[in-house]
Amino acid sequence: MSMLEVENLAKRFGGVTAVDACSLSLQPGRITGLIGPNGSGKTTVFNLITGFIPKDSGDVRFNGQSLANFGPDRIYALGIGRTFQLARIFPRLTALENMLVPMRREGLRGLFSRGHRHDERARAMDMLASMDIAHVAGLLGGSLSYGQRKLLELAAVMMVKPQLVLLDEPAGGVNPALVERISDHIRALNAQGVSFLLVEHNMPFVMGLCNDVVVLHRGAVLATGTPDEIRGNPAVLDAYLGS
Amino acid sequence: MTLILEAVIFGVLTGGVYALMASGLTLIFGVMRIINVGHGALVILGAYLSYALLSSGAHIDPFVSLLITMPAMFILGVVLQVAFIRPLKDDREALSVLVTYAVALGIEGLLGFIFTNNFVQLNAWYETASFAIFGFHIAYVYVFGFGLCVAILGAMFLLLYRTPFGAAIRATMLNRTAAQLVGVNVDRVSAVAFGIGVATAAAGGVVFGLTNSFDPGSHYDLISRLLTIIVLGGLGSLRGAIIGAVVMLIVEDVAAVVISPVWASFAFFVILVVVLVVRPQGLYGIRVRERI
Amino acid sequence: MTRLATSAPVKFGALAVAVVLALLVPVFAVDPATTNIAVFTAMYVGLATAWNIMGGYTGYISLGHAAFFGFGAYAFGLVLAHLGVAGGYEPFLFVPVAGVLTAFLAVAIGWIALRTRAATFVIVTIAMMFMVQLLAENLVGLTGGGAGLSFPVPPWSGDFYNTPFYYAMLLMALVALAISWWIRRSKFGLGLLAIRDDEDKALAVGVPAHAYKLTAFIISAALVGMIGALYGYYVTYIYPQFAIDPLVGLSIVLMVFLGGLGTLWGPVLGALILEPAQLWLAYNFGASGLYLVFYAAVFLVVIILMPRGIVPSVLSLISRMSNRQAVGPSDAAGPAPDTRAIAEPSP
Repeated sequence: MSMLEVENLAKRFGGVTAVDACSLSLQPGRITGLIGPNGSGKTTVFNLITGFIPKDSGDVRFNGQSLANFGPDRIYALGIGRTFQLARIFPRLTALENMLVPMRREGLRGLFSRGHRHDERARAMDMLASMDIAHVAGLLGGSLSYGQRKLLELAAVMMVKPQLVLLDEPAGGVNPALVERISDHIRALNAQGVSFLLVEHNMPFVMGLCNDVVVLHRGAVLATGTPDEIRGNPAVLDAYLGS
Repeated sequence: MTLILEAVIFGVLTGGVYALMASGLTLIFGVMRIINVGHGALVILGAYLSYALLSSGAHIDPFVSLLITMPAMFILGVVLQVAFIRPLKDDREALSVLVTYAVALGIEGLLGFIFTNNFVQLNAWYETASFAIFGFHIAYVYVFGFGLCVAILGAMFLLLYRTPFGAAIRATMLNRTAAQLVGVNVDRVSAVAFGIGVATAAAGGVVFGLTNSFDPGSHYDLISRLLTIIVLGGLGSLRGAIIGAVVMLIVEDVAAVVISPVWASFAFFVILVVVLVVRPQGLYGIRVRERI
Repeated sequence: MTRLATSAPVKFGALAVAVVLALLVPVFAVDPATTNIAVFTAMYVGLATAWNIMGGYTGYISLGHAAFFGFGAYAFGLVLAHLGVAGGYEPFLFVPVAGVLTAFLAVAIGWIALRTRAATFVIVTIAMMFMVQLLAENLVGLTGGGAGLSFPVPPWSGDFYNTPFYYAMLLMALVALAISWWIRRSKFGLGLLAIRDDEDKALAVGVPAHAYKLTAFIISAALVGMIGALYGYYVTYIYPQFAIDPLVGLSIVLMVFLGGLGTLWGPVLGALILEPAQLWLAYNFGASGLYLVFYAAVFLVVIILMPRGIVPSVLSLISRMSNRQAVGPSDAAGPAPDTRAIAEPSP
């Protein structure tokens, strides 16, 4: 049984078919890249998997359990986290508070627990330190630089130890040195057992980091394989350059 | 049965008036993303202005008075936008509600101070005179009012869809930032759009004042109906405002006949509840799942 | 990051002094006119604090809270009449019942209203309020309609009459403050603030936004309902358009905005400033429309000049001043932060 099973996922927006009979299967412990030309439906697939938009048809199963009709909060509680194309953090909360927001089905028990319980705060500070942003813990999210926000976003998502994390353009909009750091962080987290599915346009980043690559074109899966196999696939090149 | 049919006709005619008022309100929301809770008070202000002109020595007919009140209210709208709305930076939506509510209260207070709290009404020959058609008696005032609404809404559509400035307004409604990037002066567009909205309130005020008695406090009931209409139609949608108004008024008038006048206004809110449960974005609104 | 009162003992001390002073008000101010002001001020402190739990923490601005206020009053009056409770101290025991009943109304209204966001939510709360007002006016058999509803009259005499009401309102205000404080430092409160900043992102990190919003709404409404119940008992006779008065709802919102939306003490400060001012204005200008004109003017000045409210503006002013006096790079880690944060990094 694979960790994430996407079966014949489909979504139309008015006359536009964004996702068309998309099927893929993720095994635990791997870093998978999801690539494809602009408009191929990558972010839509993310939104469908994480419950942000309702699907037209198809099924998504996580560890055998169907995610049909689950909201984003419930999906996160099951162990699937995600980041966004434009890094989203809570601007009026401090970086540390940003780290304390993620929760896993605490529900109304959250009424009775203190937001800054000592062990949780300590863990949050450790997480920030591992991303080299511990020094901004007391600053408001809104005053952080974009690179710091990206790191904070990832760190916060990791707070509840999700099993699978969907990264939407983790290398987007940041300088090459930070891209390297992000790549290292992902590898380090993967070594601890976290699986990743990432959407990216930065080919060296994808090819250097991912174990498997899935190519999306016009909402459907065009090819899957190792980075080398994808690199040598003429259909993929056609899709990118247009024919 | 004829009573119901009469109610439907009546609903369409009065729906036109509310459509005019509601379209100004939804235009303002569409362009600036603010809810002008003072719109009802502005309608009443328009009614009082026409009333003053009517009661003055010149005895200016309400419809004629629009030649004065509409430009005057347009200017008022621009001034209000520049003075009270434009300075708002953060939390714009929430604060604008409070600001426009304050403006409404200020208008109510001023009108109460000048005109006292007695109920008044605009009077003219066409208010009581009616004509018969297919066995129904329709007072001229409703037809004139409906005609005015059609004319002004038509002018608004022409402006929006046939002029460059109208295109600028629509661009700002769709995406403020993108509009700025292509050179639209969104500040000016906002001010003018607000002015247009307030000017339509003046027109609405005339027809409202001819068909209802009013006092400074009448704006509460009015604004709650207008807000309900634009939620039903979908915030920012002109089509929705018009259809929503007509639907709401038909239902209310039919309910008045079928159930009772007292509970007819309740029917208004029942529709709102039903719509929100079934389709929270209204008839023509877009489901806002912001920035995915 | 700078804080005002740095140590807990100092804060507790200041709070204790304030509470003691509040408790002593009826001792110093004996004439009913003054104690009447005290009753209404305490009432608005509680109302503003309760409203802030929803509007301030989640960012969902409800302009229809007057519905809960009036409903609480009506529910209380009807319960007292139904149980045949006589005037005196006994009715105070039944106030929580009004709170529970108002909570049910909040579930009904919230279930509909919370399907919407931002602007639409505001409109829906206004509509709901008018609906409740219509029901109060038209369900004549239940509420007495336009004729109003009466409450049992306590047998207290002249100068003493207002005092029990003052303490009851004060108690409700303190309860509201305690709940607000408790929520703010809980994980639940953090979730609410996250919802305020970015609701979809909050969902993405597991915050059960719908349940949390509804909970905050219910808590806020129940508190307001209980205060409304006390109000009804205090004025002994309520009418639909005065018990469910949009101006009451608007005053509450203005007080919170003046003091500082989303802060703990902002609503208190706003109420302490505005309610006495409001009563003075009503006393001097109530009959003419000028009361409304002045009110509107104050409103507009506050919103335009101090949109974040007094508490945040003052705090950031102070922290900016002390940052300028900072020696060394440690304090200059970034722009002067808003000292509203509820968690501090470990020193």
